Amino acid sequence: MAVALFVPCYIDQFYPDVAIATLELLERQGLEVVFPSGQTCCGQPMANTGCSAEAAPVARRLVELFAEFDQVVCPSGSCTAMVRHHYADYFEPDDPDYQKVRESTFELCEFLTDVVGVDSLSTRFPHRVSVHQSCHGLRELRLAASSETRFGDRRDKLGELLAKVDGITLTSPQRLDECCGFGGTFAVNEVDVSVAMGRDRIADHVGSDSEVIVAGDMSCLMHLDGLIRRSGQPITVMHIAQVLMGRPLVPTNQRQLNSGR
Amino acid sequence: MPTLMPLPVVSNGAAGDANRPGEHAADNGPVPHRDHPSMAHDFVANVERTHWHDGALWFVRNKRDAQASAIPEWEYLRETAGAIKTEAIARLPELLEQFEANAKKLGVVVHWAIDADEHNRIVLDILQSRGIMRLVKSKSMLTEECHLNAFLEARGIEVIDTDLGERIVQLRRETPSHIVLPAIHIKKEEVGETFHQHLGTEAGASDPQYLTEAARGHLRGKFLRGEAGLTGVNFAIAETGGFVVCTNEGNADLGAVLPQIHIASMGMEKIIPRLEDLSVFTRLLARSATGQPITTYTSHFHGPRDSEGELHVVIVDNGRTALRQSKTFRAALGCIRCGACMNTCPVFRRSGGHSYGATVPGPIGSVLNPASDDVRHQSLPYACSLCGSCTDVCPVKIPLHHQLLAWRKEFGKRGLLKIGKTLPMKAASHLFRHPWLFQTVGRWGRAAMRSLPRIAFVNRFNVWSRDRELPTPPSQSFSSWYRQNREEKNGRDQ
Repeated sequence: MAVALFVPCYIDQFYPDVAIATLELLERQGLEVVFPSGQTCCGQPMANTGCSAEAAPVARRLVELFAEFDQVVCPSGSCTAMVRHHYADYFEPDDPDYQKVRESTFELCEFLTDVVGVDSLSTRFPHRVSVHQSCHGLRELRLAASSETRFGDRRDKLGELLAKVDGITLTSPQRLDECCGFGGTFAVNEVDVSVAMGRDRIADHVGSDSEVIVAGDMSCLMHLDGLIRRSGQPITVMHIAQVLMGRPLVPTNQRQLNSGR
Repeated sequence: MPTLMPLPVVSNGAAGDANRPGEHAADNGPVPHRDHPSMAHDFVANVERTHWHDGALWFVRNKRDAQASAIPEWEYLRETAGAIKTEAIARLPELLEQFEANAKKLGVVVHWAIDADEHNRIVLDILQSRGIMRLVKSKSMLTEECHLNAFLEARGIEVIDTDLGERIVQLRRETPSHIVLPAIHIKKEEVGETFHQHLGTEAGASDPQYLTEAARGHLRGKFLRGEAGLTGVNFAIAETGGFVVCTNEGNADLGAVLPQIHIASMGMEKIIPRLEDLSVFTRLLARSATGQPITTYTSHFHGPRDSEGELHVVIVDNGRTALRQSKTFRAALGCIRCGACMNTCPVFRRSGGHSYGATVPGPIGSVLNPASDDVRHQSLPYACSLCGSCTDVCPVKIPLHHQLLAWRKEFGKRGLLKIGKTLPMKAASHLFRHPWLFQTVGRWGRAAMRSLPRIAFVNRFNVWSRDRELPTPPSQSFSSWYRQNREEKNGRDQ
């Protein structure tokens, strides 16, 4: 049966290449991938604001849309965590569609390492790369062991995949997994702290001599990229799917700004 | 030696939290309560200081990580501690009565206080009935919560905080910014100025060794002249009636043993069932708090110091029973006040403890404070990027970031969310329920971003754009690309 692609709303609208790279990456593994039409959002912005009544119908739509698939793959740890760990408020506990979607929705990297068991990627990316461990992927999905915990294995699923890329050099920021300060509406509700956190992360990655910050969540990268472009930092951002597909690195200063002049 | 500055006179010591960061409410009159983003704004504005504060706490978190990783059974200890606390909260009434009965057998006088005011009156009564005018205190966040100092000082009793950090903030007439490191927001040069002013140290001196020696000498005198000592309680053991106080400076021991009267103020959640449970917590507490294997002093009290002495334990509710009734937030009662969630919190490290406007700041404070006043503390559960690091360090495994999220939902249920929060979410929800509308709005929005002048999006009304560029809008969404490149192509191929 085909794998369903679950594309977060902001990726659909602002980062189509992240979704295209995800699609191509899955297809390269010999999988049949479909993109069910009518997708919008998982409901997280409403849920995290406290607007449960507004989140509920959006969550129910998503479950309805994906219930027929055995495997749903999403290029975002945060949206996947929303479905897996935060949908209980909106469904009866024994709702079979909810249970099915909850168990069959995977974040892209964990799907590749744990379900597909990717062997080789046949990709070249000859650049110095540092990983930003997005918090929901890290602490809600345990894509890697957080630096403060001691349990379980010490796997790092993003790192495992990147290590399979030819020509890549992995560098490491000093603080391995500190939050970038995006946090959804936090980025505007607490703009001063959010920006301070983002600037600190960027300085740490720049200090590691990385050319590109890579993450499994484009939302963190949207925040960091916004700061990088405003202040002209010598680093850029890419979603891990783009790196795993060997997309060319485009330095910040060569990218167009956000509006026509 | 210069004497203390005159302390504020207030009519009601339990008049709520400080209105301005770190200063007694009474100093400033009725200043409107400011929310977290606004207080954080002031702190973050000083970039150099923010980095210094962040670095100091990150250093403590690193020490904690080193200690945690040195113990193979670390996660097992956390699991066990969480289970003991769950049991203790479930059996709270029974355990407290057992503690009271056993403590009485040891000659302890046990008092019960329903709230901060009753706690303060009990302490005042113990002091006044014995003609005591001078109290030496070791660190107790419960007495901060009850605003005991201001209450007693208003009634003519001299209160000396003997914990070094607490003494520094007391001399500066501030409040602690952190429950374990009360003066973490103050630089050593500033401590030097404060000590120069109050203790007569040399002007410009900032050597920590010199300043600590000066404080030690100053406090020795206070200890010897103290007529009663007050300590907090870290753990009270139901099966023995004894309790334990953990400190690094030994000040609790001096305060408890030099004067004849020892008063111990205890939040009712400090109870643990058995003596053997204690070892789990003493192994976790200091490692989590400061990255030490154990506190320098772990003092056990089993009754008055001698036949002349008195030992009073005041067991305080002050909202804890109400919290215990809440299925969602009950686990927060398990908190052992180690402060690890504050040290790891990327928001706390950058916004400072005073930005929370409450005695207990940081992630655990943001869970506890709305339980006592949901309107006043409504901004706290949003002072969080939901990164989850607090949950991963908590030694009793309180699901802190999930509780912060639960508070936001609770505010929604209680109808407390402001229209500025709900209206955009209602609009978003409508958009996300109608895919054609979502695609249309997206297409027009992206077209507008490409064609309109930059000022239309990068302006002071768009908070995002103050320091950040907006994403570069592509001409096509993925949905549209997929339709063109896959669905139509497949249609043609077939």
